[in-house]
Order: sequence, then C-alpha cells, then structure tokens
Amino acid sequence: MRYEAPTSTREAIALMSGAKGDAYLLAGGTDLLVRMRGEFIDPDLVVDIKRLPGIQEIRKTARGFSIGAGVPCAALGRHKPLLRAWPGVVEAAQLIGSDQIQGRCTIAGNLCNASPAADSVPALVAATAKAVIVGPGGRRRLAVEKIITGPGATSLGKGDIVSAIELPNRPPKSGDAYLRFIPRTEMDIAVCSAGVSLTLGPRNVVKQARVALGAVAPTVVLVPKAARAIVGTRLEDDALQRLAAACEAACSPIDDKRGTVEFRTEVAGVLARRAAVIAYERARKKR
Amino acid sequence: MQHDSKFTNQKFKLVGTRVMRPDGVDKVTGRARYGADTFAPGQLVGAILRSPHAHAKIRGIDTRRAEKLAGVKAVITSADLPDLTDGDAELYNVLENCMARGKALYDGHAVAAVAASDAETARKALKLIKVDYKVLPHVTDVDEAMKPAAPIVQPRVRSKYRPGKRTNVAGVTTYGHGDVDAGFAKADVIIEKSYKTEQVHQGYIEPHACLASVGPDGQGELWVTTQGQFAFRNRCAALLGMEMSQLKVTSSEIGGGFGGKTHVWAEPVALALSRKANRPVKLVMSREDVFRASGPASSTSIDVKLGATRGGRIVAAHAELRYGGGAFPGIWGEIGAMAAWACYDIENVRSVGYEVVVNRPKVAAYRAPSAPMAGFAVESTVTLMAEKLGIDPVEFRLKNAAREGTRASYGPTYGPIGIVPTLEAVKKHPHMRARLGKNQGRGMACGFWFNFGGQTCADLAIGEDGTVALSVGTVDVGGARASLSLIAAEELGIPYEQVRCNIADTASLGYNDMTDGSRGTFSSGMATIFAARDAIEQLRQRAAKTWGIAVKNVAWKDGKAIAKGKRKSLTLKELAEASSNTGGPISGHNQVVADGAGVSFASHICDVEVDPETGATKVVRYTVVQDAGKAVHPDYVEGQFQGGAAQGIGWALNEEYVYGEDGRLQNPGFLDYRIPVCSDLPFIDTQILEIPNPNHPYGIRGVGETSIVPPLAAIANAVSDAAGVRMTHVPMSPPRILAAIKSSREEQELTR
Repeated sequence: MRYEAPTSTREAIALMSGAKGDAYLLAGGTDLLVRMRGEFIDPDLVVDIKRLPGIQEIRKTARGFSIGAGVPCAALGRHKPLLRAWPGVVEAAQLIGSDQIQGRCTIAGNLCNASPAADSVPALVAATAKAVIVGPGGRRRLAVEKIITGPGATSLGKGDIVSAIELPNRPPKSGDAYLRFIPRTEMDIAVCSAGVSLTLGPRNVVKQARVALGAVAPTVVLVPKAARAIVGTRLEDDALQRLAAACEAACSPIDDKRGTVEFRTEVAGVLARRAAVIAYERARKKR
Repeated sequence: MQHDSKFTNQKFKLVGTRVMRPDGVDKVTGRARYGADTFAPGQLVGAILRSPHAHAKIRGIDTRRAEKLAGVKAVITSADLPDLTDGDAELYNVLENCMARGKALYDGHAVAAVAASDAETARKALKLIKVDYKVLPHVTDVDEAMKPAAPIVQPRVRSKYRPGKRTNVAGVTTYGHGDVDAGFAKADVIIEKSYKTEQVHQGYIEPHACLASVGPDGQGELWVTTQGQFAFRNRCAALLGMEMSQLKVTSSEIGGGFGGKTHVWAEPVALALSRKANRPVKLVMSREDVFRASGPASSTSIDVKLGATRGGRIVAAHAELRYGGGAFPGIWGEIGAMAAWACYDIENVRSVGYEVVVNRPKVAAYRAPSAPMAGFAVESTVTLMAEKLGIDPVEFRLKNAAREGTRASYGPTYGPIGIVPTLEAVKKHPHMRARLGKNQGRGMACGFWFNFGGQTCADLAIGEDGTVALSVGTVDVGGARASLSLIAAEELGIPYEQVRCNIADTASLGYNDMTDGSRGTFSSGMATIFAARDAIEQLRQRAAKTWGIAVKNVAWKDGKAIAKGKRKSLTLKELAEASSNTGGPISGHNQVVADGAGVSFASHICDVEVDPETGATKVVRYTVVQDAGKAVHPDYVEGQFQGGAAQGIGWALNEEYVYGEDGRLQNPGFLDYRIPVCSDLPFIDTQILEIPNPNHPYGIRGVGETSIVPPLAAIANAVSDAAGVRMTHVPMSPPRILAAIKSSREEQELTR
C-alpha cells in the first residue's frame, strides 16, 4: 500500500485521478482505518488530505461558514459563532463515536462514507449545507443530499475531493436540532434519526422548515411534506402529528440487527416531532 | 488431610479492611502482563481458519498452496490433532470443538490453522487454504431444534427424549419433590407463562490469547489467559498426548473470564502448531473470533406454572427449561432446573431441564451459569402471582422463602441461609420508599447460586527477613490476592504489607481446581488458613528449640512466639532470621478438598424509566443486597455485586446473539453486541450481609456469581411497573418493548 500526504490540492487531485487500483482519501480515518483493519478493504493508495492548505480551518465567509474537510468534529463545538448559528448540526456531528473519535472524525468524511446511518448528514441536509468539491473538472458546489447516492456510494467522480462543507448564514429567529435513536447512550450507530431546521416569522409562526431523516432509507430522506405540516403553525399538537405521519410515510427502512422496519418507521416520526420542538424553542429564544 | 473447617466466630484485626490490592499499580499503569503480553525467541504468529457455514460437511481441505507460501512454518488440520480420547466422550467433544472433524458445526468452527513468521503472512496463508464444503441444513433456535423434523446437529446424540432415535435433545433431567398435580389441585390461583432469553456472551475485554511452545524433546510450556492453569494443563496434555508434568502452564493476568476462560479453544491448536513448526507460537483471537467461536451462554425457552392459595402460600410449582448448549451436549438445562426454585420452600415442586444441541458455538459457563435465565422466568412469575393475589411482592416472597431446614427443590436441606435476611433488608431499604418520576417503575427479584469448593493447595514460604510469599493455584479474577494476603496476615499476626501472594504455575504447586463456582477466596482462603497454621506450628517448634523448652509450652500470638516465664517473645522476623541455624527454611503447606461452600442468595431492587414512544429503558437506580458470609475485602465484594448487576443489566436490556437466516452470526463485535457503556448504568448501590457459612473457619461464602441472577427479572418487573407491559423475551430491547406497548394499547382499545 502506498501512502501519500500531499501539501497542495492540485497534487492531491493528480494522485487520486491517476491512481491505479483502489484509492482512498484519508481525513480523520475513523471509518477508513477501521475498514482496513477489519479487512473489508485493501487499498493500493491512501491519500491523506490533512496537510492541504486551509483544510483544518473553520472560516466565516460572507455567505456563512466554511468547514474544512480536515476539521475534527470536536472543533465544531469550540467554534462559538458556528455553535450559535447551527446548534443542531454541531450536536449531530458531536454524537459520532466517542470523545476519542471526536478528536479525529470529520463531517466531510461522515458525508463521503455514505452510510445511511451517518449522524451529521440529516442535520446538514436540513441545514441546506453544500459540499465544496475540487477535482479534475475544477471547483464546484453541490447540495450535500446530492452527494450520497446509496449505501457506501456517492456521485463523486474519480479525483473529486470534498474540500469543505459550507453552511449558510442564519436569518433571525432560526433554530435547528438533531436527534437519533440508539439502544445505548453512546458509542453506537443510529437506528433512525431526524434533523429539523426552521425559521420563525411574526408571532413565532413557522415560516420555513426542512426535515430530514436518517437510517430509514438507502440515503438520507428530505421530507418536504413534513416541513409543510409545520409551516404556518406554532407546532400545535395536530401539526406535530401531521409532521410525524409525513415522516413515517417517507420511511422505507430495512429489518436488520439494529432495528425492525416497524420500529424505525414509528420512532423516526417520534424523533422528528421531538427535534422540531427543540428547534422551535431554539428559534423562539433567538432574536 | 483432615482439618477442622468449622466457623469459629473469631474477632478479626485485618480481615474486613479495605487494603490496596497488590496487582493494582501494575494494572493501572499498563505493566500487568496479560495473555498476549509475553514473547519468546523465534516465536511465530498463529491464525485459525473458521467455517463460514452454520453446518457443513467438509469434503476436503487443500493446504498445499498455503504451505508453499514463504514464511509459513506449519499448517494443521484435524489430522494433526489425532483422536487420543480413548472413549472419553466429553474429551472428544472438546477435541472436535477445537478443530472440526469432517463436519463444521457452527459459523466460526475452526477447520485449519497456520503458524507463520508474521501476522500478514498468516492471514495470507489462511486465504490460500481451500476447503470443500457441502452446506447442510442448520438449526440455531432451541425450540426449532427440538422438533422431530429439525436437522440433526450431532448424529451420535441419544437420549430418553426420543428413545432409540436421532435427536438434538442430548439429555433430560428432572428435579423436585412432592406431588405437583395434587399441589395444583389445591391452588386458588394458577399462573402459566412462557419465556425466552437470547444467547449472550460474557464480554470479557481481553480476548483469548496464549504463547505455546513444544520442543523436540516433548517438553512444553503454555502461557495463557485462563481461569484454571491446572485444568488447561490436563486438557491440553490429554488432547496432545503429553504427560502432565511435561507441560508447564502459567496463567497470565486475566482481563475478565466470568466462566468463559474455563474451557480450551485455541490453546491445543497453538500447541499443535508449535509442535509441528518446532517453534513457539503465539495465538491471539480477534474479537470476532471470540464472539463466533468461544463459549457464550445458552439461549433458552422456559415454561413456568405456579399455583398459590389466596392466603399467599405457594402450593405447587413446575418449570420446563430448554437450554441451547451450542453444537455439543452440555449440562446447562440441568443446572437451570436445579437453580430454578432454589429460593423457595415449596411442598410440591418440579423442574425439567433439556439439553438442546444447536448449530451455535459450544456453550461455556457464564457467572452462575444457567441460573439467570431460570431466575428470569421464575421471579417474573412470582411477581405476577403476588400482583394477582394483591400481596406486596417482597411480603409474598417472605411468606414462601426457603429457611434453615428447608428441603431445597434440588435435593439438599439448607443450613443457615441468607434469603430471608436479604428480603428483610430490601423491605427496610430507603430505595423501596423513594419517589418514582414520570414513566418510572420499580421491580425487585431474588437470586440463588450454589457455590463450589473443590481441590485446593497452598504454599506459604517465610523469607529470612520475615516477609511471606504465599503461593496459591486459583487464578485471581477479582482481587483474591489481596483477600488471601489479608487472611495469611491475620493468621500469622503480621501486617498485610508483609505478605505477597503469587499465583503459581502448574510446575510449582499441587493441583487446584479452576477459579469457578465463586470458589477462589472460599477455598484458597481455607487452604491459606491451614498453610499458615502449619507454618505457625513450625515457628513454635523453632522457638521451643531456641528456648530449650517443650513445644506445647509455646504459644503464637500477634506475630510472636510467647511462653510462660520468658520475658522476651520471639517475633516471626527473629525466628526467620535464625532459621538457618534452627532447622532451615520455614514454610507452611496445605492441600484440602474444600467442602461446604455455603449457598448464596441475593435480592435486588431496580428502578427504570421507559420512554413510551421509543421503548428505550434507562436504569435510574439499582440496589444489590447479598449475603457474603464474611466480606474479607469489602471493596472487592462490592465490586463483585456491582459487576454482576452490570452484566445482568446488559443481558436484560440489549445483549443478544443475532443469527441470520443463513445461520451466521450477524453481530460479532461490541458495536452491535451491546454491553452497557459507563453512561448506560447508574451507580449500583450495595449492601453486604454477613450470615456466616458454618463450614468455613472465617464464615466465608463465595460472592462472585449470585449478583447476575436477579437483574433480568428485577428489570422485567420494573419495566412492567413503568410501562404496564409484561416482557417475556430477553433482551427487552427497545423494539420489543415498543411492540409490547403497542399491542397492549391495541388490546385495551379492543376491550373498551
């Protein structure tokens, strides 16, 4: 196996585009190294992107925030403006693994690993996050939900590298939240999950909302009907019931060792309802 | 040797204090050496090829390509472990479990092994071995395996279950007394209920690991993580055709065993590889190997029928207990049948245990083996009965609890026992009166374990500086070295720090049974007391010789020889310093069959909170009350209580082997086999009761196992209180609880 740690983006792209055999990018390595040690993969080339310029930085831009692909999740919680703007995204990222894993794992890696149960992805989708992609074709931005095409599969081409995740600025009175269900209290993988992002208008009526579910389908599911169920409401009981029903209807999970179809479907609705309430409270308390 | 092991009710100076454990610093600083932490010159890496099929005929194994790979020093199959068992069926089962002989019996069954110069070469070599399998129909479920049309796992199994026919039921045993039918006829209320529990693993953090070396002269050594170096020596020597004394087995520090390290798996394979390669071989199981191919506990299916009068007296009890033993016959159903009703005084009682063979790994002991499942079924039903009769569950148990003189359901008549005192303590405990929050419920349950004594041997050598080296042959799994040093110091009348306890290898001490049955401190404690008394006898002789008086005039008190008319006493140190001139080294020795291990009882209280929308259960408060006989080192007694409860909580809520339709284990790792993490558990409160065991000089009873028996039912009873649903299937995982809540809601709507 060949290991490279390039210091320029161009070099990294060249290595990945020119690679023969199985080539993998290494950011935090919390998925890649585990899969290598478990003998699920046997890479010919590993390209470590942690030395690329700017890759370990969280930047405040005119549009919002740009989180480098090498930023460990633990760092997100230390970034006060990010935490204030997107508490749901940060709490989702910080549910991954354990304290030790947090020091290494990244949201870009979580996205590109393309697990249906990835914790940060539903929150990113709810947040309208975009992935910055650099590759042989140049640089482009893509909504995160367009990156994952199936379990373990992405729309990224050969040589493409997600170099950052961008989150937009927040309008006033906005909030987001993420909840997942695990049988334990930590060190686990989501059986199902829900991310909700919303913005309130006058009299605290929900003006805009996005609801995304994890681990209930091959990819994260954006549920516009669930969002419509709460837009124009103040999350009254019937609105929350409609939200949960829309989420249940959007689920197409599998039965496996982690949960049954019935359980995942029902609990996804429960989590979406609870996450909506948390996001709403966060928005209401903001100016 | 005859010894008076009667309880003497002596006053202790050291026993019962909380001293530092001698192995503590090494363990917290990483210096302690476990199974994988030793190295030999020229050592090779061993690796095992395992069956991917639950049940398959092995038509052939082609090892030629693996043997040709550079760096491969030996490849073995069952042909390299010839059958030397000479009609010993149990030993043959061990041999076949170590390496498949013609048929792979479960997913993970070893079929071949290699020794190579490094791990990567060993892994490559495994991939080059070609096994020609013919996949056979399999069965992994206990109830399915008992059906007449089930695939037969072991053609040689015969039992009275289907006389003269092939069957997966390897044994049927019945315990009890009285007339059960007549008893039920007298009952005002009868409850019948069926239960299931899934297979669990002990979950020890340290995987099986050993370093094996067999030289061309036939002498062998084995360094291994084990609960019994002598048992491992005997097993391995028998399987490899070695003389016992030619194989020296040294037990490493042990990173958890809980019964799982009482059986050999990879060790005979490592020895056979070393013999063939003529080099030392280190073999360390991966976590996946440990789950697939060590010895988890049984999955079970249990029916209970309980009859009582309106006044709250149990008049009849019956249980049918079906235990999956894995691919080989066991005695797990029998132990379950013996333990099931042991807490109660019942006139008409019966239990029937079934040993069921299935295509799963061979079951091994797990902390009070078989009792937790039986306890789950019995204690759930006992609480149901109390509810139905409108009697408080603690009072109902007190009305029916076994007492001194009660004839136990499994035969013996009890001496002084602790179930009533634990129930009285529960009744008085503030936990029982604490307020419960929203969605919270409380449950309690009792538990029993037999405990064991067995063959034991100890040496106590006094150094010339007056310090003491105590050698015992029971592996220290839970702080026994501290407890045994306390006992030696107590007897000799010297400070605890002056004693150092070592776990001897098989070449340095007489045979000892394994550390199982909660016997370590009970039996080695007894041997230590007698070895210390043996040494004191010699110390008195040396003092008598020094003073020129008769031995009978010398007494031993507070670490000194004293005699009437002698103004100055002789300390142990003074006698030791002078020993070269008074007859040579001073040492004490004892060998004993430590009979009379007192039975053990516990009662647990548990509060849970159940999320009615997700079925998630959180244990919010937990209290263990258990009889220890005498707590030699209270910290480690409490640790045993807490550890058993923690494992029971995991078993009750989330741990289970999940098999796919293909008979393959779906979750061979700690991610999806969910033992509790720290944040899953509350602080587990403990209360030690001391009802002396009349058969031990210090009153000691084993304490290690009983604490895992009550949690399954205590949690089921608490969940029932919190969520209004009676869970009959363990683990009570969120999907199972949520489904139960939904179906009970639907039932209520239908009856409305």
